[in-house]
Amino acid sequence: MLRIEALRAVYPQLERCVVVTIMGAVSAELQSIGHRPGFFYLQHAMGLASSMGLGIALTRPELPVVVLDGDGSVLMNLGGLTTMARYRPGNLLHVVFDNESLLSVGGFPTATSTGSDIAGMAAAAGIPRTAEVRTIDQFTAAFDEALGAGVLTTLVAKVEAKGPPVFLTDLPMLENRFQFQRHLRSVRPSTG
Amino acid sequence: MPVSVKHSQLIYDALKACGVTLVSALPETWLVHLIRMADDDPEMTLVRLAKEEEGVGISAGAHLAGAKSAMLMQNHGFLASVNGIVSLARLYRIPLLMLISYRGEFGERDPWQTEGGGTTEPLLQALDIPYDRLDDPGHVAHRIRKAQTLAESSLKPVALLLCRDLMWEE
Repeated sequence: MLRIEALRAVYPQLERCVVVTIMGAVSAELQSIGHRPGFFYLQHAMGLASSMGLGIALTRPELPVVVLDGDGSVLMNLGGLTTMARYRPGNLLHVVFDNESLLSVGGFPTATSTGSDIAGMAAAAGIPRTAEVRTIDQFTAAFDEALGAGVLTTLVAKVEAKGPPVFLTDLPMLENRFQFQRHLRSVRPSTG
Repeated sequence: MPVSVKHSQLIYDALKACGVTLVSALPETWLVHLIRMADDDPEMTLVRLAKEEEGVGISAGAHLAGAKSAMLMQNHGFLASVNGIVSLARLYRIPLLMLISYRGEFGERDPWQTEGGGTTEPLLQALDIPYDRLDDPGHVAHRIRKAQTLAESSLKPVALLLCRDLMWEE
Protein backbone atom coordinates (compact mmCIF):
# COMPACT_ATOMS: atom_id res chain seq x y z
CA MET A 1 0.00 0.00 0.00
CA LEU A 2 1.23 3.48 -0.87
CA ARG A 3 0.58 6.12 1.77
CA ILE A 4 -0.67 8.64 -0.80
CA GLU A 5 -3.24 6.11 -2.02
CA ALA A 6 -4.37 5.58 1.55
CA LEU A 7 -4.67 9.35 2.00
CA ARG A 8 -6.67 9.64 -1.22
CA ALA A 9 -8.98 6.84 -0.13
CA VAL A 10 -10.02 8.62 3.08
CA TYR A 11 -9.66 12.22 1.88
CA PRO A 12 -13.42 12.92 1.75
CA GLN A 13 -13.66 11.91 5.42
CA LEU A 14 -10.53 13.91 6.36
CA GLU A 15 -12.07 17.06 4.89
CA ARG A 16 -14.73 16.89 7.60
CA CYS A 17 -12.20 16.42 10.42
CA VAL A 18 -9.57 18.40 12.22
CA VAL A 19 -6.31 16.87 11.02
CA VAL A 20 -2.80 17.11 12.50
CA THR A 21 0.01 15.55 10.48
CA ILE A 22 3.69 14.98 11.03
CA MET A 23 6.41 16.51 8.90
CA GLY A 24 7.89 15.42 5.62
CA ALA A 25 6.22 13.05 3.22
CA VAL A 26 2.85 12.85 5.02
CA SER A 27 2.48 16.61 5.04
CA ALA A 28 3.58 17.03 1.43
CA GLU A 29 1.36 14.23 0.17
CA LEU A 30 -1.76 15.46 1.94
CA GLN A 31 -1.14 18.97 0.62
CA SER A 32 -0.67 17.59 -2.89
CA ILE A 33 -4.15 16.08 -2.66
CA GLY A 34 -5.59 19.31 -1.35
CA HIS A 35 -5.02 21.58 1.64
CA ARG A 36 -7.97 22.45 3.85
CA PRO A 37 -8.12 25.06 6.65
CA GLY A 38 -8.67 22.27 9.17
CA PHE A 39 -5.35 20.60 8.32
CA PHE A 40 -2.27 21.41 10.40
CA TYR A 41 1.16 20.14 9.41
CA LEU A 42 3.69 19.92 12.25
CA GLN A 43 6.90 20.38 10.30
CA HIS A 44 9.23 19.63 13.20
CA ALA A 45 9.02 18.54 16.86
CA MET A 46 8.93 14.86 15.95
CA GLY A 47 6.68 12.90 18.27
CA LEU A 48 4.43 15.75 19.31
CA ALA A 49 1.74 15.56 16.60
CA SER A 50 -0.13 13.01 18.69
CA SER A 51 0.22 15.21 21.78
CA MET A 52 -1.18 18.15 19.81
CA GLY A 53 -4.07 16.02 18.64
CA LEU A 54 -4.73 15.01 22.24
CA GLY A 55 -4.71 18.66 23.34
CA ILE A 56 -7.20 19.57 20.61
CA ALA A 57 -9.42 16.56 21.22
CA LEU A 58 -9.62 17.24 24.98
CA THR A 59 -10.32 20.93 24.43
CA ARG A 60 -12.94 20.43 21.71
CA PRO A 61 -14.63 17.08 22.41
CA GLU A 62 -17.32 17.78 19.82
CA LEU A 63 -14.82 17.83 16.92
CA PRO A 64 -13.51 14.69 15.22
CA VAL A 65 -9.70 14.89 15.35
CA VAL A 66 -7.41 12.75 13.19
CA VAL A 67 -3.65 12.56 13.75
CA LEU A 68 -1.61 11.30 10.80
CA ASP A 69 1.52 10.00 12.50
CA GLY A 70 4.49 7.90 11.41
CA ASP A 71 6.58 5.11 12.87
CA GLY A 72 9.65 7.30 13.41
CA SER A 73 7.61 9.94 15.23
CA VAL A 74 5.71 7.47 17.39
CA LEU A 75 8.97 5.83 18.42
CA MET A 76 10.19 9.24 19.63
CA ASN A 77 7.20 9.65 21.95
CA LEU A 78 6.17 6.19 23.09
CA GLY A 79 5.17 7.63 26.45
CA GLY A 80 2.63 9.73 24.61
CA LEU A 81 0.72 6.53 23.81
CA THR A 82 0.19 6.02 27.53
CA THR A 83 -1.02 9.61 27.94
CA MET A 84 -3.49 9.25 25.06
CA ALA A 85 -4.66 5.95 26.52
CA ARG A 86 -5.09 7.49 29.95
CA TYR A 87 -7.51 10.18 28.73
CA ARG A 88 -8.74 8.25 25.68
CA PRO A 89 -10.84 10.95 24.02
CA GLY A 90 -13.45 9.25 21.86
CA ASN A 91 -13.12 11.95 19.20
CA LEU A 92 -9.46 11.15 18.46
CA LEU A 93 -8.30 8.80 15.71
CA HIS A 94 -4.55 8.15 15.68
CA VAL A 95 -3.38 6.87 12.31
CA VAL A 96 0.22 5.69 12.07
CA PHE A 97 1.71 5.23 8.61
CA ASP A 98 4.42 2.67 9.27
CA ASN A 99 6.92 2.46 6.42
CA GLU A 100 9.59 1.01 8.70
CA SER A 101 11.92 3.85 7.86
CA LEU A 102 12.86 7.46 8.45
CA LEU A 103 12.00 8.21 4.84
CA SER A 104 12.19 11.98 5.05
CA VAL A 105 15.85 11.93 6.05
CA GLY A 106 17.04 9.27 3.63
CA GLY A 107 15.27 6.04 4.46
CA PHE A 108 17.12 4.74 7.48
CA PRO A 109 15.30 1.71 8.89
CA THR A 110 13.40 2.20 12.16
CA ALA A 111 12.88 -0.44 14.83
CA THR A 112 9.59 -1.48 13.22
CA SER A 113 11.77 -2.98 10.46
CA THR A 114 13.29 -5.32 13.05
CA GLY A 115 10.07 -6.40 14.68
CA SER A 116 8.81 -3.61 16.95
CA ASP A 117 5.04 -3.60 16.69
CA ILE A 118 3.37 -0.20 17.06
CA ALA A 119 -0.20 -1.53 17.17
CA GLY A 120 0.91 -3.98 19.84
CA MET A 121 2.62 -1.27 21.85
CA ALA A 122 -0.43 0.98 21.54
CA ALA A 123 -2.67 -1.84 22.79
CA ALA A 124 -0.26 -2.55 25.63
CA ALA A 125 -0.24 1.16 26.49
CA GLY A 126 -3.98 0.93 26.98
CA ILE A 127 -5.33 2.41 23.74
CA PRO A 128 -8.81 0.85 23.69
CA ARG A 129 -8.99 0.11 19.94
CA THR A 130 -6.00 -0.81 17.80
CA ALA A 131 -5.57 -2.37 14.40
CA GLU A 132 -2.88 -2.99 11.82
CA VAL A 133 -3.79 -3.05 8.12
CA ARG A 134 -1.88 -3.76 4.93
CA THR A 135 -4.22 -2.99 2.02
CA ILE A 136 -6.18 0.05 0.89
CA ASP A 137 -9.50 -1.73 1.35
CA GLN A 138 -8.60 -2.79 4.88
CA PHE A 139 -7.37 0.72 5.66
CA THR A 140 -10.49 2.46 4.36
CA ALA A 141 -12.78 0.10 6.21
CA ALA A 142 -10.81 0.38 9.46
CA PHE A 143 -10.61 4.17 9.14
CA ASP A 144 -14.37 4.56 8.66
CA GLU A 145 -15.10 2.12 11.45
CA ALA A 146 -12.77 3.98 13.82
CA LEU A 147 -14.30 7.37 12.97
CA GLY A 148 -17.74 5.99 13.67
CA ALA A 149 -16.77 4.09 16.82
CA GLY A 150 -16.37 7.10 19.09
CA VAL A 151 -13.54 5.28 20.86
CA LEU A 152 -9.87 6.27 20.79
CA THR A 153 -8.22 4.18 18.08
CA THR A 154 -4.63 3.72 16.93
CA LEU A 155 -4.74 2.45 13.36
CA VAL A 156 -1.38 1.32 12.00
CA ALA A 157 -1.18 1.24 8.21
CA LYS A 158 1.81 -0.65 6.86
CA VAL A 159 2.91 1.32 3.79
CA GLU A 160 5.74 1.26 1.29
CA ALA A 161 8.75 3.46 1.98
CA LYS A 162 7.99 5.77 -0.92
CA GLY A 163 7.24 9.46 -0.89
CA PRO A 164 7.36 12.63 -2.94
CA PRO A 165 10.70 13.91 -4.26
CA VAL A 166 10.43 17.18 -2.30
CA PHE A 167 8.75 18.04 0.99
CA LEU A 168 8.66 21.82 0.78
CA THR A 169 5.26 23.21 -0.18
CA ASP A 170 4.07 26.74 -0.84
CA LEU A 171 2.20 26.92 2.47
CA PRO A 172 4.33 28.75 5.06
CA MET A 173 4.18 27.27 8.55
CA LEU A 174 2.79 30.34 10.26
CA GLU A 175 0.11 30.87 7.62
CA ASN A 176 -0.96 27.28 8.23
CA ARG A 177 -0.90 27.80 12.01
CA PHE A 178 -3.05 30.95 12.06
CA GLN A 179 -5.46 29.68 9.43
CA PHE A 180 -5.90 26.47 11.41
CA GLN A 181 -6.54 28.36 14.64
CA ARG A 182 -9.06 30.62 12.93
CA HIS A 183 -10.76 27.58 11.45
CA LEU A 184 -11.08 25.93 14.87
CA ARG A 185 -12.52 29.15 16.25
CA SER A 186 -15.07 29.31 13.43
CA VAL A 187 -16.29 25.76 14.00
CA ARG A 188 -18.37 26.42 17.08
CA PRO A 189 -19.75 23.65 19.29
CA SER A 190 -23.31 24.52 18.29
CA THR A 191 -22.56 24.02 14.61
CA GLY A 192 -19.79 21.42 14.89
CA MET B 1 5.41 16.86 53.82
CA PRO B 2 6.45 20.49 54.23
CA VAL B 3 5.39 21.63 50.78
CA SER B 4 3.29 24.74 51.36
CA VAL B 5 -0.40 24.08 50.84
CA LYS B 6 -1.19 27.75 51.34
CA HIS B 7 1.22 28.96 48.69
CA SER B 8 0.26 26.18 46.31
CA GLN B 9 -3.34 27.38 46.64
CA LEU B 10 -2.22 30.93 45.93
CA ILE B 11 -0.54 29.77 42.71
CA TYR B 12 -3.51 27.65 41.73
CA ASP B 13 -5.99 30.46 42.33
CA ALA B 14 -3.85 32.80 40.24
CA LEU B 15 -3.89 30.34 37.34
CA LYS B 16 -7.66 30.09 37.58
CA ALA B 17 -7.95 33.88 37.68
CA CYS B 18 -6.04 34.00 34.37
CA GLY B 19 -8.62 31.74 32.76
CA VAL B 20 -6.40 28.64 32.64
CA THR B 21 -8.64 25.62 32.05
CA LEU B 22 -6.05 22.93 31.19
CA VAL B 23 -2.95 21.98 33.14
CA SER B 24 -0.39 19.42 32.08
CA ALA B 25 1.81 18.01 34.78
CA LEU B 26 4.45 15.54 35.70
CA PRO B 27 4.60 15.04 39.44
CA GLU B 28 7.47 16.12 41.61
CA THR B 29 7.53 16.79 45.32
CA TRP B 30 6.95 20.53 45.20
CA LEU B 31 4.04 20.18 42.77
CA VAL B 32 1.97 17.60 44.64
CA HIS B 33 -0.60 20.04 46.06
CA LEU B 34 -0.95 21.93 42.78
CA ILE B 35 -1.61 18.69 40.92
CA ARG B 36 -4.13 17.55 43.53
CA MET B 37 -5.93 20.91 43.30
CA ALA B 38 -6.18 20.56 39.52
CA ASP B 39 -7.36 16.97 39.89
CA ASP B 40 -10.06 17.94 42.41
CA ASP B 41 -11.33 20.86 40.31
CA PRO B 42 -14.17 19.86 37.95
CA GLU B 43 -13.54 23.00 35.88
CA MET B 44 -9.90 22.02 35.20
CA THR B 45 -8.64 19.50 32.68
CA LEU B 46 -5.57 17.85 34.17
CA VAL B 47 -3.31 15.93 31.79
CA ARG B 48 -0.80 13.74 33.58
CA LEU B 49 2.18 13.19 31.32
CA ALA B 50 4.77 10.47 30.88
CA LYS B 51 7.39 13.06 29.90
CA GLU B 52 7.26 16.83 30.11
CA GLU B 53 7.87 17.51 26.40
CA GLU B 54 4.44 16.07 25.65
CA GLY B 55 3.05 19.05 27.53
CA VAL B 56 4.32 21.37 24.80
CA GLY B 57 2.20 19.48 22.27
CA ILE B 58 -0.81 19.39 24.59
CA SER B 59 -0.58 23.13 25.24
CA ALA B 60 -0.13 23.86 21.53
CA GLY B 61 -3.24 21.86 20.71
CA ALA B 62 -5.18 23.51 23.53
CA HIS B 63 -4.13 26.97 22.41
CA LEU B 64 -5.08 26.44 18.77
CA ALA B 65 -8.38 24.93 19.95
CA GLY B 66 -9.13 27.94 22.13
CA ALA B 67 -8.11 27.03 25.69
CA LYS B 68 -5.62 28.68 28.00
CA SER B 69 -3.24 26.21 29.57
CA ALA B 70 -0.32 25.96 31.96
CA MET B 71 2.48 23.44 32.37
CA LEU B 72 3.66 22.18 35.76
CA MET B 73 7.11 20.68 35.69
CA GLN B 74 10.38 20.39 37.52
CA ASN B 75 13.37 22.20 36.04
CA HIS B 76 14.68 18.82 34.89
CA GLY B 77 11.41 18.45 33.00
CA PHE B 78 12.09 21.80 31.39
CA LEU B 79 15.50 20.47 30.35
CA ALA B 80 13.73 17.44 28.84
CA SER B 81 11.32 19.68 26.88
CA VAL B 82 13.78 21.84 24.99
CA ASN B 83 13.23 20.46 21.49
CA GLY B 84 9.46 20.83 21.78
CA ILE B 85 9.86 24.37 23.07
CA VAL B 86 12.12 25.29 20.15
CA SER B 87 10.66 23.31 17.27
CA LEU B 88 6.98 23.59 18.17
CA ALA B 89 6.31 26.51 20.53
CA ARG B 90 8.85 28.93 19.12
CA LEU B 91 8.65 27.78 15.52
CA TYR B 92 4.85 28.09 15.47
CA ARG B 93 4.43 31.02 17.87
CA ILE B 94 2.63 29.11 20.60
CA PRO B 95 2.22 30.70 24.03
CA LEU B 96 3.37 28.50 26.89
CA LEU B 97 2.94 29.32 30.56
CA MET B 98 5.56 27.14 32.22
CA LEU B 99 5.60 26.84 36.01
CA ILE B 100 8.94 25.27 36.79
CA SER B 101 9.88 24.07 40.24
CA TYR B 102 13.37 25.37 40.76
CA ARG B 103 15.28 22.55 42.33
CA GLY B 104 19.01 22.70 43.00
CA GLU B 105 19.16 26.29 44.23
CA PHE B 106 20.71 27.45 47.53
CA GLY B 107 19.25 25.28 50.28
CA GLU B 108 18.93 22.14 48.15
CA ARG B 109 19.61 19.04 50.22
CA ASP B 110 19.15 16.36 47.55
CA PRO B 111 22.50 15.84 45.84
CA TRP B 112 20.82 14.55 42.68
CA GLN B 113 19.02 17.86 42.13
CA THR B 114 22.09 20.04 42.23
CA GLU B 115 23.21 20.02 38.59
CA GLY B 116 19.85 21.15 37.25
CA GLY B 117 19.77 24.25 39.41
CA GLY B 118 22.73 25.98 37.84
CA THR B 119 21.62 25.09 34.32
CA THR B 120 18.06 26.38 34.50
CA GLU B 121 18.43 30.14 34.18
CA PRO B 122 21.26 30.09 31.61
CA LEU B 123 19.10 27.79 29.47
CA LEU B 124 16.04 30.04 29.80
CA GLN B 125 18.25 32.93 28.72
CA ALA B 126 19.75 30.98 25.82
CA LEU B 127 16.23 30.16 24.63
CA ASP B 128 15.23 33.84 24.98
CA ILE B 129 12.37 32.89 27.31
CA PRO B 130 11.21 35.71 29.58
CA TYR B 131 11.10 34.48 33.18
CA ASP B 132 10.65 35.63 36.73
CA ARG B 133 10.92 34.06 40.16
CA LEU B 134 8.05 33.24 42.45
CA ASP B 135 9.69 33.39 45.86
CA ASP B 136 7.29 35.48 47.92
CA PRO B 137 3.53 35.07 48.36
CA GLY B 138 3.04 38.81 47.96
CA HIS B 139 3.87 38.82 44.25
CA VAL B 140 2.53 35.42 43.16
CA ALA B 141 -0.84 36.47 41.73
CA HIS B 142 0.56 39.58 40.10
CA ARG B 143 3.51 37.85 38.42
CA ILE B 144 1.44 34.91 37.18
CA ARG B 145 -1.09 37.30 35.65
CA LYS B 146 1.64 39.35 33.99
CA ALA B 147 3.45 36.26 32.70
CA GLN B 148 0.25 34.85 31.23
CA THR B 149 -0.53 38.19 29.59
CA LEU B 150 2.89 38.32 27.95
CA ALA B 151 2.68 34.71 26.74
CA GLU B 152 -0.66 35.44 25.05
CA SER B 153 0.38 38.76 23.52
CA SER B 154 3.82 37.64 22.33
CA LEU B 155 2.68 34.12 21.37
CA LYS B 156 5.83 32.78 23.00
CA PRO B 157 6.84 30.66 25.97
CA VAL B 158 7.28 32.35 29.34
CA ALA B 159 8.45 30.77 32.58
CA LEU B 160 7.92 31.27 36.29
CA LEU B 161 10.39 29.65 38.64
CA LEU B 162 8.73 28.19 41.72
CA CYS B 163 11.40 28.81 44.35
CA ARG B 164 12.21 27.08 47.60
CA ASP B 165 11.28 30.09 49.76
CA LEU B 166 7.74 29.94 48.37
CA MET B 167 7.17 26.21 47.99
CA TRP B 168 8.90 24.69 50.99
CA GLU B 169 8.15 25.24 54.67
CA GLU B 170 11.31 24.44 56.62
